Amino acid sequence: MEWLMWFSKPENTKPLALIIFFVTFIGIVIYVYGSKKRSKRLESYRDIPFLDDQEGSKDKQ
Amino acid sequence: MAVTTYSGAEQYNFDIVKKFAVMSLVWAVVGMFAGVYIASELAWPFLNFDSPYFSFGRFRPVHTSAVIFGFGGSALFATSYYVVQRTCQTRLISDGMASFTFWGWQTVIVTAALSYVMGYSQGREYAEMEWPIDILIEVVWVTYLILFVGTIMRRKQPHIYVANWFYLSFILATALLHTFNNLAMPIDLFSMKSYSLFSGTQDAMTQWWYGHNAVGFFLTAAFLGMMYYFVPKQAGRPIYSYRLSIVHFWALSFMYMWVGAHHLHWTALPDWTSSLAAAFSILLLMPSWGGMINGIMTLSGAWDKLRTDPVMRFMIVALSFYGMSTFEGPMMSLKEVNALSHYTDWTVGHVHSGALGWVAMISFGSLYHMMPKLWDTKIYSRKLVEWHFWLATIGIVLYIVAMWISGITQGLMWRAFDEFGNLQYSFVESVAAMMPFYAMRAIGGMFFLTGATLMAINMFMTIRQGKRESAALEAKLAAKMAHA
Repeated sequence: MEWLMWFSKPENTKPLALIIFFVTFIGIVIYVYGSKKRSKRLESYRDIPFLDDQEGSKDKQ
Repeated sequence: MAVTTYSGAEQYNFDIVKKFAVMSLVWAVVGMFAGVYIASELAWPFLNFDSPYFSFGRFRPVHTSAVIFGFGGSALFATSYYVVQRTCQTRLISDGMASFTFWGWQTVIVTAALSYVMGYSQGREYAEMEWPIDILIEVVWVTYLILFVGTIMRRKQPHIYVANWFYLSFILATALLHTFNNLAMPIDLFSMKSYSLFSGTQDAMTQWWYGHNAVGFFLTAAFLGMMYYFVPKQAGRPIYSYRLSIVHFWALSFMYMWVGAHHLHWTALPDWTSSLAAAFSILLLMPSWGGMINGIMTLSGAWDKLRTDPVMRFMIVALSFYGMSTFEGPMMSLKEVNALSHYTDWTVGHVHSGALGWVAMISFGSLYHMMPKLWDTKIYSRKLVEWHFWLATIGIVLYIVAMWISGITQGLMWRAFDEFGNLQYSFVESVAAMMPFYAMRAIGGMFFLTGATLMAINMFMTIRQGKRESAALEAKLAAKMAHA
């Protein structure tokens, strides 16, 4: 269990946390903006709030 | 009418939405009245009447609980139930559970207010309720979580719309925060009094971990959920960028959890902890402004609506205040700025630019959009909506300007030294200097309260109008059927 002590030192965990969080964030940004096809699909979800209006709802828009 | 039918096939539970929407307005008026009263007590102390039952200390949590949990909470229950059903195109999984959340939540607000006036308080900001009320909150909240997640799980729409992500993060985070912040030991099974499981610095840390995340998830993420549905609906055009909303969600949800310790600069808390919180607070500016831009740019190409549609104006002004207070917050989290601003009225002004400018204005806009639809009618008086808008806006400006002047004056007076190195002013001199600004703040609050009261009247008349129209329609149909 000696290896766990490595995590008790802030000089180790700070850069580790930075790498994990930074990579995760970049991963999300690449996922969201990285592919034209996926971008198109994601942007199509913008219309969800309007979908149930089209089904002859009682809304008086 | 308990159920509204869509195309004869889809049924939603709008009865629960109506109940929460109405109570949201009731608590808005009650809570804001309590706020104006305690603001007046600071300006005109005779209003304390030398009675503990009227004292600022007991009324203050009545105000904060009624506006945050009564008004804000009920508005969130109402809109989240409305949005999750409409965007998932399915009914809530259980009417009984929905009804339980309504009666449970209203019981929480009423019993909390009564207990504060009676002198029972945990002394934890925004979590003053004693342990029996905390347990009731826990039960109601878990029911809310099950109901919300269950409804999402049986959705007909394959994708979960982003507004529901924000609502769900608010429900999950609040459950977590409430549970850990309220870990306490009652002194007796039949006593309201309890003591926290934490002590000293850890207690302060836990309180502000809760306190700032109550701001982050209850007062921000949840109302962003509201924004992501109602701004596009009112504008009649989809959100500016769905991809930006995804980045906004993950960045905001992740970063908020770290910033609570910026409330404890220059205290016994280890220095690195509050520095880390300050660093994350500065980073938070980016997702916050990303969200604000996403909301405001939804109006791109339809800016004329700002001139013609008072409901839209509420929403865009709310987003502007969101942008302003999420700039002011990170700035105040810097240690040097905090050294001046902490413990002063500047903090109170900052909270209210967020609470009145962002939370209340986006709620008003969303309720103005939703309530006429629920009762299948139009707003009773657009003129009253206009009046409400201007009264609210002028009220906020009076409030926050008064608190800026008062807070910065306090900060400067407290740190002023004379040529011998002694404090230049006594504390009571700084209190005396605040008097005109306390009066100005109370008047600002009166403006805001008047606006909210006008809204309550307007919505009451809208509901009455909707019921009359519905009765007339039913009578007409019955007559037609009788002749057929």
